[in-house]
Amino acid sequence: MTNLVNTNINGDAVGFACEADETLLDALRNRVGLKGVKEGCGTGDCGACSVILDGTLVCSCLVLGMEVEGRTVETVEGLSNGAELHTLQSKFIEHAALQCGICTPGFLMAAKALLKNNPDPSEEEIRYALAGNLCRCTGYDKIVRAVQATAAELREA
Amino acid sequence: MRYEAPLTTPEAVELLASAKGRVHVLAGGTDLIVRMKGGFIEPDVVVDIKRIKDMHVIRKSAAGISIGAATSCGAMGKHSVLKKAWPGVVEAANLIGSDQVQGRCTMAGNLCNASPAADSVPALIAAGAQVLIVGPRGERRLPVEKLATGPGKTSLKKGELVTAIELPPRKVRSADAYLRFTPRTEMDIAVVSAAVNLTIDRKNVITDARVALGAVAIKAIRVPAAEKALIGNTLNEETLAAVAKACSAACKPIDDKRGTVEYRTRVAGVLAKRAAQAAWTRAGGKA
Ligand SMILES: Cc1cc2nc3c(=O)[nH]c(=O)nc-3n(C[C@H](O)[C@H](O)[C@H](O)COP(=O)(O)OP(=O)(O)OC[C@H]3O[C@@H](n4cnc5c(N)ncnc54)[C@H](O)[C@@H]3O)c2cc1C
Ligand code: FES
Ligand code: FES
Repeated sequence: MTNLVNTNINGDAVGFACEADETLLDALRNRVGLKGVKEGCGTGDCGACSVILDGTLVCSCLVLGMEVEGRTVETVEGLSNGAELHTLQSKFIEHAALQCGICTPGFLMAAKALLKNNPDPSEEEIRYALAGNLCRCTGYDKIVRAVQATAAELREA
Repeated sequence: MRYEAPLTTPEAVELLASAKGRVHVLAGGTDLIVRMKGGFIEPDVVVDIKRIKDMHVIRKSAAGISIGAATSCGAMGKHSVLKKAWPGVVEAANLIGSDQVQGRCTMAGNLCNASPAADSVPALIAAGAQVLIVGPRGERRLPVEKLATGPGKTSLKKGELVTAIELPPRKVRSADAYLRFTPRTEMDIAVVSAAVNLTIDRKNVITDARVALGAVAIKAIRVPAAEKALIGNTLNEETLAAVAKACSAACKPIDDKRGTVEYRTRVAGVLAKRAAQAAWTRAGGKA
């Protein structure tokens, strides 16, 4: 059965049609056209599909599309204001915190959620907060540095 | 499949009771959606309980602390009153998965999924927690250890759901602790786990204790012999050795690549000792 879901994505009111057993990941990619959310595993293990739902970081592969009726969803597409990149995005580029890039949208959203709650995280706190995101390329260190650099810059701003 | 998101508990019960075919409660979905996508289950109806406001409430009263069934484990970790009263239960709930999983997963889902390695279950058993169950015939309460009957199986009847988990009032000089052993520090399933909840008197003698183990049998188990070893004693070497021995003796674990029978049996004793030590220190115990 196809249902209509009305929600708010990256600040815009959005309506999309969705099957009852369709995940938010599939709905975002295939119905809304937001291809920034990636599917790495589909089982909650890799974090590539991370989005922020009503302020909470979640794996969109473990949310049903229909659950977001009347909620707010933030995806990587909402990070930049259109003209400039978000500090997290520029720092990821500066620190070479990505190679193939498939994990990057998930890391960016997880880092955004972390810095909102904790503007000055220790390295250990960053590593724990990003433990739900897997990266096969970078070896994580550069990602941690990029998040530290972002935190420092945002604290000054 | 049909997706329903009722706003009240009676509506949820009505949907569960009247649904034809396979019907599942959806809490955080961190087990259910994985199993749906893996093709292990094909529900005809899914009843999402997260729109029921009461199910998100953590309430303290003279009877203890009640945690609504849809409360995420992440939200539990931000609740200072709950953390102070039941640090062991909260640390067990907070060990489940990543931050992404924490934002969604619930203790009620952890209990109802009935995995022998579920992290919050031994801590809830040691705490003496009860589940509040609502169904077509009204309300009933059950000690948490009676909810799971085996791997993936619970004693819930058609139309019933867990609406809250109830922790007893916290006594003075009393605390709990939970420890698990996993090969990785995060995002892993317990090979063995242990929970201890104890109360001590002014002379550092243990007056009350509950001990539970996870991942060493078809479901989490309580270990009365280890409790007996604690009660009436202070926490010295001899007491700890007796606790370890009783816990190892209670194990009937599986043998797999993550841990042999011998290994799990031995580690159960070691973890139980360390959990007892941690609970004792939290309760204000001094050697
Ligand atoms: C990446 C990842 C890591 C994980 N790590 C851990 C871990 O470290 N430790 C651990 O123990 N588990 C772990 N899990 C498993 C899972 O997250 C937990 O078991 C979690 O507590 C399940 O809660 P939930 O709310 O998501 O349950 P759901 O998936 O919503 O439900 C689970 C089952 O319980 C039933 N159910 C749920 N709520 C109720 C209710 N109120 N009344 C009646 N039935 C109900 C559902 O119908 C379903 O059958 C992990 C899962 C993932 C995806
Ligand atoms: S695709 Fe969702 S966690 Fe991997
Ligand atoms: S950059 Fe390739 S997986 Fe992370």
